[in-house]
Amino acid sequence: MTDRKEWPLWEIFIRGQHGLNHRHVGSLHAPDAEMAIRNARDVYTRRKEGVSIWVVKSSDIAASSPSEKGPMFDPAESKVYRHPTFFDIPDEVGHM
Amino acid sequence: MYAQMVKSEGKTDRAEMSPEERAFQDRIDANEKIEPKDWMPDGYRKTLIRQIGQHAHSEIVGQLPEGNWITRAPTLERKQILLAKVQDEAGHGLYLYCAAETLGVSRDELFEKLHSGAMKYSSIFNYPTLTWADMGAVGWLVDGAAIMNQVPLQRTSYGPYARAMVRICKEESFHQRQGYAVMMRMAFGTPEQKEMAQDALNRFWYPSLMMFGPSDKDSVHSAQSMAWRIKMNTNDELRQKFVDETVPQAEYLGLTVPDETLKWNEERGHYDFAEPDWEEFFEVLKGNGPCNDERLAARRKAWDDGEWFREGLSAYADKAAARRAASDLAAE
Repeated sequence: MTDRKEWPLWEIFIRGQHGLNHRHVGSLHAPDAEMAIRNARDVYTRRKEGVSIWVVKSSDIAASSPSEKGPMFDPAESKVYRHPTFFDIPDEVGHM
Repeated sequence: MYAQMVKSEGKTDRAEMSPEERAFQDRIDANEKIEPKDWMPDGYRKTLIRQIGQHAHSEIVGQLPEGNWITRAPTLERKQILLAKVQDEAGHGLYLYCAAETLGVSRDELFEKLHSGAMKYSSIFNYPTLTWADMGAVGWLVDGAAIMNQVPLQRTSYGPYARAMVRICKEESFHQRQGYAVMMRMAFGTPEQKEMAQDALNRFWYPSLMMFGPSDKDSVHSAQSMAWRIKMNTNDELRQKFVDETVPQAEYLGLTVPDETLKWNEERGHYDFAEPDWEEFFEVLKGNGPCNDERLAARRKAWDDGEWFREGLSAYADKAAARRAASDLAAE
């Protein structure tokens, strides 16, 4: 058993019933993609939580680095004009 | 509470902390979530692996006392419900193992530590389930006690643990209610059935109180774990809350909590109750409970008997991948 490799880890994404995006719900181990989907059905949709499942090998996910959180995301902070509430529209114009 | 006596390592004194440790503690104090790739003190990581691992093992071993009754459930409906409940426990174990794995421990390592006895699971699962009424008592009391701890843990500082808890809590309330429904059926049934229900309560009351762990005054690791927000309430607080909620539920059933000292304390606004036998608790933790050997033997057997299956699926996956690679090559 010692030379056996562990089943790889898969990240599971599920689309709920209301047409929203697939959402990350967790992860599980499985020998291949097909078994990952079957296992995901049992682990993550026992109560009709979804209508579609995506699985991605965890090792295939590239992620931003936590230490670069500042340089990555802070620049958006000063760009308040990107939000509709930045602009005052007079009441007499009506709903916009 | 599925994690008992988890040893915690770290410093609570700010003066002793390194700058990183101080910044880390500040993030926790500001209610920020810690995520897998963030810097964290070694003690935080180790303590969490122990705690989440023990919690996961408890879910998995916890399937055994109830699995014991699946083939003997009194009706097909009860059998389906019990199967669904036991399947949930497997799911809860899987969510938690995944959370532990984000801290850098592997699934196989965790299993190996469970099987060798290096890691523990909750003391409660070392008690036998002797009658059908025990299925009621386990759902009502054991899951009820677990909920007391798991609900606040949804706000714990470690992101993957908190998210696993959110999923678990959504499902856990079904467990407690189905247990109480079994108890109602038994307690309002024939005199013999009521006697079985009372007997189940008698046997599971004190072991359920033990689930919260020893009194805070004897619990050396509480302070650090609470500073890190991986323990949200003290053991005594949760135990009191459990007693306060459970006693009226027992009264509704017409059953007697096996504690002659149990009494409503008007001044405190809580029930006064007797402590469980802590000697017994420590013996069970040491491995000397009524079912410790049986439980571990069942887990080891399941792991060993499943080896050919795990290897077969791996071999099939390797072969299919090789075939795909060969056909890709041919197509080029």
